[in-house]
Amino acid sequence: MADVTTAQDVVTYRESVAEGIAREMRRDPSVVCLGEDIGAAGGVFKTTVGLFEEFGPERVWDTPISEQAIVGAAMGAAMTGMRPVAEIMFSDFLACCWDYLANEIPKVRYMTGGQVTVPLVIRTANGGGLGFGAQHSQSVENWALTVPGLKIAAPSTPADVVGLMASAIRSDDPVVFFEHKGLFASKGRPAPDGHVVPFGEAAVLRQGADVTLVALASTVPLALTAADRLAAEGIEAEVLDLRCLIPLDVTAVLRSVERTSRLVVVEENPYQGGWGGTVVSVVADEGFELLDAPVKRVAGANVPLPFADALEDQVIPTVDKVVDAVRSLATY
Amino acid sequence: MTETTATDLLALHETMTLIRRTEKAAHDLFLSGLVKGTTHLAAGHEAVAVGTRSALQDGDYAFATYRGHHHAIAWGATPEECLAEFMQRSTGLNKAKGGSMHLTKAEAGMLGSYAIVGAHLPIAVGAAWSARLRKTDQVSVAFFGDGATNIGAFHEALNLASVWKLPVLFVCENNFYMEYTPIASVTGVGNPAADRAPSYGIPAEVIDGNDVVAVRDAVARAAGRARAGDGPTVLEAQTYRHYGHSRTDPAKYRPDGELERWLERDPLTVSAGRLREAGTSDDDIKAAEDRAAAVVDQAVAGAKAAPQADLSEAFTDVWADGGAAWRT
Ligand SMILES: Cc1ncc(C[n+]2csc(CCOP(=O)(O)OP(=O)(O)O)c2C)c(N)n1
Ligand SMILES: [Mg+2]
Repeated sequence: MADVTTAQDVVTYRESVAEGIAREMRRDPSVVCLGEDIGAAGGVFKTTVGLFEEFGPERVWDTPISEQAIVGAAMGAAMTGMRPVAEIMFSDFLACCWDYLANEIPKVRYMTGGQVTVPLVIRTANGGGLGFGAQHSQSVENWALTVPGLKIAAPSTPADVVGLMASAIRSDDPVVFFEHKGLFASKGRPAPDGHVVPFGEAAVLRQGADVTLVALASTVPLALTAADRLAAEGIEAEVLDLRCLIPLDVTAVLRSVERTSRLVVVEENPYQGGWGGTVVSVVADEGFELLDAPVKRVAGANVPLPFADALEDQVIPTVDKVVDAVRSLATY
Repeated sequence: MTETTATDLLALHETMTLIRRTEKAAHDLFLSGLVKGTTHLAAGHEAVAVGTRSALQDGDYAFATYRGHHHAIAWGATPEECLAEFMQRSTGLNKAKGGSMHLTKAEAGMLGSYAIVGAHLPIAVGAAWSARLRKTDQVSVAFFGDGATNIGAFHEALNLASVWKLPVLFVCENNFYMEYTPIASVTGVGNPAADRAPSYGIPAEVIDGNDVVAVRDAVARAAGRARAGDGPTVLEAQTYRHYGHSRTDPAKYRPDGELERWLERDPLTVSAGRLREAGTSDDDIKAAEDRAAAVVDQAVAGAKAAPQADLSEAFTDVWADGGAAWRT
């Protein structure tokens, strides 16, 4: 991971989750939280610490281990005037309530001819790198991407956690908000007061003329570290943090490829069905003439995630894999 | 208990007739090729819908299943809006984007018909939770079939409603069959909904779902408890569907004589009997039925004359801003 910490990097990604939620709960009494162990316990990842103390049991609700009831109840509340923020502890568990993400929440507005809105947020701890094994380590943002009707955010920095959380909670559309487990301990600058990051705006985190690296969440620090290493070899990489998958800022990607003529997508979800496939298909369709080399995807391998650190490294993106992919393009 | 006067009862009888006639029209329009896709007719279930709605207040919420035409109408959708929806017309209740299985009249509190068995029970619980959070006295009702009592969402919903003591009514329309298989052959208890309720600490009643007054009284009791802060109730209304499961089902699996026995207890026969007992004349009953029939005749004509679905609607209503943009 990139060691780019500076003296201003004083808040963690983890505490920024609670900060982002708290800011919205202070300004809007219709925001309520529900989930397993999120109350006095502060969440198993400690991402809701302080909310129960500040807002009390009528705004922060501990639930049974009932993923369908959690997300289903959030939907019913959202349809009737509340702005619920539901936590699904590990994103792998979204499979237990997938009906709500695939069939109910994204469909109900459309199939009723616009009669209802569903302003809710489903937050979930996503991704690998911590040795939690096959059922607690997956990057599943691509699951959500298969379903029209869900907005998808996946921040990489503490300030973006706060700014995207503001947009997510204020959104009148349903949002799946992926918090990366591997980033919880990372630090960054605090979000300024009133910080809002609009959905669908990728951030250019590093400029470079030779290759575009498109990243999301955990792969952002990977891409930045790879870019530092490549710079030492004389290759200047431009690093884009998509921040959201829906709306997808393909305009920013095309604009960058226009400058660099080379594209590497770095995604933690599996190569099969991963979001990079959608990004590169848009570039192939609308930016074919911009490219001077084939596109590359550095993605999760098409295997369940193994437990051992050394094995896990084999199958998820690493700095080395990104550097190798870029080198192979540079000599193309 | 809510008192039901002869005048009230005549109005309930008229609404039930409106539903029955609409279902018959949907069936006929299907046979003449004007209704596409599928339909799950609720003829036989009218008393559950009309009895429940009549015991509730404006502002309360309802969540129904794909077998939901009767609920949509009981909550204020017009037969013409419904038939236009089945016939894919731009004037359809859901702008021809939902169809028979998803009838919704949100402005009246009827917040949708859901076609994944059991999925709407947690959603109804969420609406009840919202009522509590907003400190209103609204009640939320989930209608579901006997088959839904064996899916996980039913159990998660009952438990959450119980621990949070929410103002929600779980109304099971037990018509004794899932699609083609009797519920009794796949369920470990005799009353699929009511017998599960005690394990969640929820009071339950098995009621005559073909008697609109029995339904109305039971719902009034349950709603009273809910509004008083005493939590959810499970009502298991025993009833029977007159048609097969869906439009393709001739219902050959029913034992001989079963349908006939239930037709003797047709909810419209039961309510007409109650009306006569209360002193309503046959002429008044017939006049109410004729009014309902005339509304449905006009509805059929209106729906047939309405324009086909507006093509631009394919790309509206994904997002709250009305659009469907997924990218920059
Ligand atoms: C989760 C799920 N499984 C299966 C189906 C297919 N299906 C549709 S209706 C139905 C029977 C449901 O029976 P019941 O709950 O008794 O309702 P009824 O149709 O009798 O009103 C089935 C199995 C479905 N729609 N959803
Ligand atoms: Mg049934």
